[in-house]
Amino acid sequence: MRSRTAGLGAWVTGAFALVVVALVGGAMVGPAGPSWWRVPLAFADRLPGVAIDSGISASQWAIVWEIRAPRVVLAALVGGMLSLAGASYQGVFRNPLVDPYLLGVAAGAGLGATVAFAVGRDATRTWPIDPVPLAAFAGGLAAVFLTYLVGTAFGTSRSATTLVLAGVAVTSLATAMQTFVLQRNNDVVRQVYSWILGRLSSATWADVRMVAPYVVVSSVVLLLHRRMLDLLRVGDEEAASLGGDVRRVRLVVVLAATLGTAAAVAVSGLIGFVGIIVPHAVRLVAGATYRRVLPLSLLVGAAFLIAADIPGRVLTDPAETPIGVVTAFFGAPFFLLLLRTRRVA
Amino acid sequence: MSGVPAVEAPDARGLAVERVRVAFGGCPVVVDFSDRVGAGEWLCIIGPNGAGKSSLLKAVAGVLPHDGTVRVSGADLAGVGARARAARVAFVPQAPVLPADMSVEEYVLLGRNPHVRPFARETARDREVVADVIARLDLAPYARRPLDTLSGGERQRLVIARALAQEAPVLLLDEPTSALDIGHQQHALELVDALRRERGLAVVSAMHDLTLAGLYADRLVLLHQGVRVASGTAQQVLRSETLAEFYGVAARVEHQADGTVVVVPQRATR
Repeated sequence: MRSRTAGLGAWVTGAFALVVVALVGGAMVGPAGPSWWRVPLAFADRLPGVAIDSGISASQWAIVWEIRAPRVVLAALVGGMLSLAGASYQGVFRNPLVDPYLLGVAAGAGLGATVAFAVGRDATRTWPIDPVPLAAFAGGLAAVFLTYLVGTAFGTSRSATTLVLAGVAVTSLATAMQTFVLQRNNDVVRQVYSWILGRLSSATWADVRMVAPYVVVSSVVLLLHRRMLDLLRVGDEEAASLGGDVRRVRLVVVLAATLGTAAAVAVSGLIGFVGIIVPHAVRLVAGATYRRVLPLSLLVGAAFLIAADIPGRVLTDPAETPIGVVTAFFGAPFFLLLLRTRRVA
Repeated sequence: MSGVPAVEAPDARGLAVERVRVAFGGCPVVVDFSDRVGAGEWLCIIGPNGAGKSSLLKAVAGVLPHDGTVRVSGADLAGVGARARAARVAFVPQAPVLPADMSVEEYVLLGRNPHVRPFARETARDREVVADVIARLDLAPYARRPLDTLSGGERQRLVIARALAQEAPVLLLDEPTSALDIGHQQHALELVDALRRERGLAVVSAMHDLTLAGLYADRLVLLHQGVRVASGTAQQVLRSETLAEFYGVAARVEHQADGTVVVVPQRATR
């Protein structure tokens, strides 16, 4: 029990170290490229005031910096974002089984992206802003609000079951509409399919630059609400009697989490289970207060997705396993174990 | 708002409720309720199920839409923000939500929310208040325990501790003893009684146990279908005719020499 009482600072420092290890470790492995042990030396060599002969050629460094590094950084951003958004959704809806996808954000984002592809990737190529993440964002946002409206339409008490069912309904609706759009635009099926399967494998620094602002804004907003999410744990009415502005908190948190999730989905496709298993693992180890769950989910989620991306890169190259397959493969059994060993209500 | 300071009436401290009205879908559940509860005074709302006791308390706590005016220490709470309101009125609900994996300390700390800006952290003073309240309510041995390990009596003290951490001059209690055995009922009410004297709290509670209500409260108000039908001391309000009329109960009411009023239900047939 001593571990549960350690300060937040110690936990965050530990989790941050985990992320750094994962970042460097992730950059060390992969088909082709330099010997693994030379990679940390090359990174150290590039630190200001440090000069080490890493023995890495310019082309080998290009593999590390232009192919591996953006992929690892993107995995960190996406994994952190999905975990943080999942934890926030669970807090704001007071339902431990909610993840960003259950509320329909992924299906909505998928629909939005599909429409953007169908309208024409070529027509929008010259636009200063790539419309795909924007369409995905709008679609994800619309889906979550539809879920929220349907889930709260029946009476004032927002039961978890109604909400999950509403999410299922909205997901089905968005998926049906996506299928309809695809049927009428056969030429973009391949593009949409590759988008849905995940794009970590083709990650570039441009992808990182595209998603990073959304992740930063969303994370800052969500982390600012960590004390409010603790307040919401006693229910809407009591939170209000304690001076909490429940409706505003819920709206802002949903908005921020949807923004970040939609951006993550837009660059990475559908990566399952991260948003549920990481927050729950954090709760099991560090305690359930959102002051810990939110920052630790962000960091542990980042490290987890980097690690989850490694088997896909190493085991089955050159035809890589999509990262969503890896996270679900490990995530599903872990989740069942969690359900079995611990009360999740 | 004007530059002239308001003239404080002697009884301005405490709670003043003026013509409070609550309706659900056009159906009135509290009708024009007015009363004043001075600092250190304990008012008990009694009445059958559905009389509007909880609705009245929730309206005063600001968690239920209502008409009418609620003043604390002379200041109107209409238009006051949620946090400012919570700094003036603390509410102990009948069936509080106790997150199983939250600790006693974390839970009581929630009571400091009215005093912490939304995105700020609690200060050393906030933690000090929480520690004092935990010590005062004999919860110190459980401070780091998760809530699902507490007994019924400990839980009731815990929720009162959270309310005290709000440092509000008005304390509302909705059925504070309904989940407790006779010994813990007495402990909880003795505690509230001691606290209202120590801290000069204006206490309003809704209660079902009429004997206990009469024993601890300074005054009773009987609500029936949202309307106040009787008020006064226990001797004045607790009468067998009154109880028969509004509760539909056959009860013997014994007025004892020391002022205690005992309500004994009677069996219809024997």
